Amino acid sequence: MTIAIKPTQSGEPLFYLADEHPHPEGWSTSLGFWIYLMSDCLIFAILFATYGVLSGNYAAGPAPKDLFDLSLVAVNTTMLLLSSITYGFAMLTMQQNKIGQTQLWLAITGLFGLAFIGIELTEFAHMIHEGATPQRSAFLSSFFTLVATHGLHVTFGLVWLVTLMTQVARFGLIEANRRRLMCLSMFWHFLDVVWIGVFTFVYLMGMLR
Amino acid sequence: MNTETRAATADHHHDDHAHGSLSTYLLGFVLSVALTAVPFWLVMSGALGNKQVTALVITVFAIVQIVVHMIYFLHMSPKSENGWSMMALIFTIVMVVIAMSGSVWVMNHLNSNMMPIHQMTGTK
Repeated sequence: MTIAIKPTQSGEPLFYLADEHPHPEGWSTSLGFWIYLMSDCLIFAILFATYGVLSGNYAAGPAPKDLFDLSLVAVNTTMLLLSSITYGFAMLTMQQNKIGQTQLWLAITGLFGLAFIGIELTEFAHMIHEGATPQRSAFLSSFFTLVATHGLHVTFGLVWLVTLMTQVARFGLIEANRRRLMCLSMFWHFLDVVWIGVFTFVYLMGMLR
Repeated sequence: MNTETRAATADHHHDDHAHGSLSTYLLGFVLSVALTAVPFWLVMSGALGNKQVTALVITVFAIVQIVVHMIYFLHMSPKSENGWSMMALIFTIVMVVIAMSGSVWVMNHLNSNMMPIHQMTGTK
């Protein structure tokens, strides 16, 4: 902020904002990141709304009952839940400054995330093989858009995770890396929250139709 | 503002976000496993018989589980970031509810307001 007031002879400026005080680097990052997550939440809200409107339009094609395998979805949900708690362990060991354990928990989180993506892609491949492609019906278009957007988020979360593991390996648990790990923690747990909506409203409700 | 209060404010900013402990993470995990397993079991076994009741019950389970994740994993509290996190969350929830319920409501009524198909084909 530029203030066009010349200092007086004593060196004290005539006016200054009493509220302004120095902030340590990154002090507002977690609030800013939270607001990003909220905007991401709106993207998912629109995709959920679209799915809600179109989920009954099968165009004489396959319905959720013909396509979904709930036991596979249950396994997938377990993978994501386990990755959430292992990320929590990574954060706890990070607070205790244990680099090795932090990296180990991050790696385990990554493996669970990878398992999640792998199972989801297997499911998609199976559906597409059976002719249930996104082009088949409005239900399938909105299904693939919603679930794949979540899957893409997890994929980018994994890229971010590997990046941070490299950062921690090179520079250690410095303040900046702690802040980054904190942001990824919020991102990762947020994706788990979105998945609660997906398995409830897409998979479980789909089987009830 | 003197230097001491400045330092105190800086520390305050720094320590704003809660971190959780092993016990809160584990409690959150156990709760979310239960809140996930029960809806899956209800749908897979059809224990409640009525589909609409089952849908309602699993919706309630989902909402409770989202709250559990918010508290135990995302460490939400009315105090974090001087209340601004909660403010942003409440605003987002309002937007999400309007967007989702509004879309479903409007689109369902649009369907019933469309010209019936036999009238459209009658002009040919």
